[in-house]
Amino acid sequence: MTRLRALAGLVSLVGAGAAARLAGVPLPGAAAAAPAAAAGGDDSTSRGSDHAGFARGGRVDPKANGFDPTQMLRDFDEGKTTRLASGRVLREWELVSTDREIEVAPGVKFAAWTYNGRVPGPTLRGREGERLRVRFTNGGSHPHTIHFHGIHPAFHDGIPGVGGHHGGGLIETGKTFTYEFEAEPFGFHHYHCHTTPLAAHIAKGLYGAFVIDPKRGRADADEMVMVMNAFDTNFDFGNEVYAVNTVGFHYLNEPIKVKRGELVRIYLLNILEFDQINSFHVHANFFHYFPTGTSLEPVEFTDTVVLGQGQRGILELRFPHPGKYMFHAHKTEFAELGWMGLFDVEG
Amino acid sequence: MEASGAAEAPAAAGVGRISLLGLIPIGLVAIAAALFALAGAPGLGERRGPPAEDLLVERTVLRPGEIELTVRNDGPDAVQIAQVAVNDAFVDLEVAPPEIGRLASNKLTIPYPWLEGEAYEIFLLTSTGGTVDHAIDVAVETPSTGVGFYGLMALLGTYVGIIPVIIGMVWLPFVRRISRGFLRGLMALTIGLLVFLALDATLEGVEIAGAGSQAFGGAALVFLGAIASYLALATVDAKMRAREQRAQAAGATGGYLALLVAIGIGLHNLGEGLAIGAAYAGGALALGALLVVGFAIHNTTEGLAIVAPIARARPSLLRLAALGLIAGAPAILGAWIGAAAFNASITAFLLGVGVGAIVQVVQLLVPFVRDSTGRFLHGAAVAGLVAGVAIMYVTGLFVSA
Repeated sequence: MTRLRALAGLVSLVGAGAAARLAGVPLPGAAAAAPAAAAGGDDSTSRGSDHAGFARGGRVDPKANGFDPTQMLRDFDEGKTTRLASGRVLREWELVSTDREIEVAPGVKFAAWTYNGRVPGPTLRGREGERLRVRFTNGGSHPHTIHFHGIHPAFHDGIPGVGGHHGGGLIETGKTFTYEFEAEPFGFHHYHCHTTPLAAHIAKGLYGAFVIDPKRGRADADEMVMVMNAFDTNFDFGNEVYAVNTVGFHYLNEPIKVKRGELVRIYLLNILEFDQINSFHVHANFFHYFPTGTSLEPVEFTDTVVLGQGQRGILELRFPHPGKYMFHAHKTEFAELGWMGLFDVEG
Repeated sequence: MEASGAAEAPAAAGVGRISLLGLIPIGLVAIAAALFALAGAPGLGERRGPPAEDLLVERTVLRPGEIELTVRNDGPDAVQIAQVAVNDAFVDLEVAPPEIGRLASNKLTIPYPWLEGEAYEIFLLTSTGGTVDHAIDVAVETPSTGVGFYGLMALLGTYVGIIPVIIGMVWLPFVRRISRGFLRGLMALTIGLLVFLALDATLEGVEIAGAGSQAFGGAALVFLGAIASYLALATVDAKMRAREQRAQAAGATGGYLALLVAIGIGLHNLGEGLAIGAAYAGGALALGALLVVGFAIHNTTEGLAIVAPIARARPSLLRLAALGLIAGAPAILGAWIGAAAFNASITAFLLGVGVGAIVQVVQLLVPFVRDSTGRFLHGAAVAGLVAGVAIMYVTGLFVSA
């Protein structure tokens, strides 16, 4: 085998000689053969690329998926409210888990598990001090749960083996269970399936955002939810396609329209499985950052925030100039694998 | 048949009936297969699990601002490539890649500002979410295939094939003057050289086949090639031997033997030329000027193998030149094919062809090594064999990186 490897070396030597002749320079020593070949080559390899997105500008069909990231962005599900005898508000939702094939990149199908047919699941929104009730039916082919981040009793925690005597714990296929707890603390939280193997149940799509507004409320704003997620399409415990709200490059193809000078509030959640961290960066602007949204005072004025899995926060910003401004993971690998988009500032 | 004599007619009819009997099982298999397919493979049901995807990048061509991949489908099902990423970034594709059918191949053209000398990791994402990884270890522009390119390949083939072989043939006057016993040792040395070449080419073929498509046989192609060429050369040998025996009842039989050795080495050099051309297209880096010298010494021994059998004959210069060309020139053809259309399966097969040819040649040379008592492994022969392998091994060190 050394013989043919050596042949290859000899061949390059001759090739370099030919290249050097073409370039009109004397043949240098063998060690300099590669630069000589470069001198004879075309330097147009160094030209840049303006490509961003999927091949040939391909897009995912939101109709086929049954959910549209543009619509999901500002879709807050406030459920149904009634008054309890005490006068407190009781807020109720219905969640159903289903198996569903979704398109995560143009032409790439993924066998997802969903809450209410979408990934991420619906953004549930209540108010501090309310009583919350989530009636969960498992319509999927595997046992699932809903584990809420918040403050609540153990048997409503959505963990296998805990709360089974109340009908909780693992919810088998076809079974229903109602999670009930106080809306506390105010802030920006999330929920996800906690069935083992846990990584698989999360990576398959069983997660969603969960907003508890403070009693006094927050200032009026153009509010949106961004769930940073990704998909391990080849099941190698690493992700192939990254996004906010499931579809890679969606907001690049369909920029998020916002008004100049108006307060924009972004509820940002990182649910990314397998990778250690994720991040958010907005171009040509800075935002006030409220980690977990549990304080009304921002802790930071920045343009980049780094989040581990399950970390989330609220971002508030105004765009002073019209035009298109990029936002993306400042982990460039994730950005170029789908997690990038544009704000389109009007006015 | 009707025109033949009355006595032969029954025999002809018998042959026809026998042929028919031989064809019956083949016909039955065809009918059974057709019925089975028409009935939708009864009893087997649906296939279990998702489609099996087995893609392989067979060839990578780098042009300024562009990467072109030739992808072969080695698996049982058609595969749709949906997206391609280079160094963990989704990239554009110039043409929509159609579905790649079983055993079919397709070209993907990726506009990409690659940099010379850098490494690239590519993954192809299929419609089922499966990935196929492909690495470009060192990015170097693939030479374009113009007239100058074919000229360069011809030059290379001449350097590595023709020139060393012809230089080696200059040993002829020396070989003529040595004793019969010494010549036997030299023939054994030739066998040693050839055995080394056969072993080297077999391992190289297996390695190349292992990296290429497996659907067409993989490493088995090396051995199929060897068997095919061995049998072909054995047939040629039998025919030439008969002709030579008719021409001269006894005496020197070295002429046709030298021709067979030249053909054997020529077939070997064809496979080697393929590997050279492919390496050139792939942009292997230069290793040093010592390499050229080392290679000349290394390949020169092939010329010795050709002239040793004709030590006692008096061939013309023209005939010697022809032998040199037969042994060396296929390297040029191989280099052209290898650089312009490299294919691991074909290369493995052709390396195997070279191996089979060498084995046949070794078999032909064995009688020339036997001493007066008919022994093969006498002292001079063993010394020659060991020396032959050792020469190849040591001169091989000159050209190893």
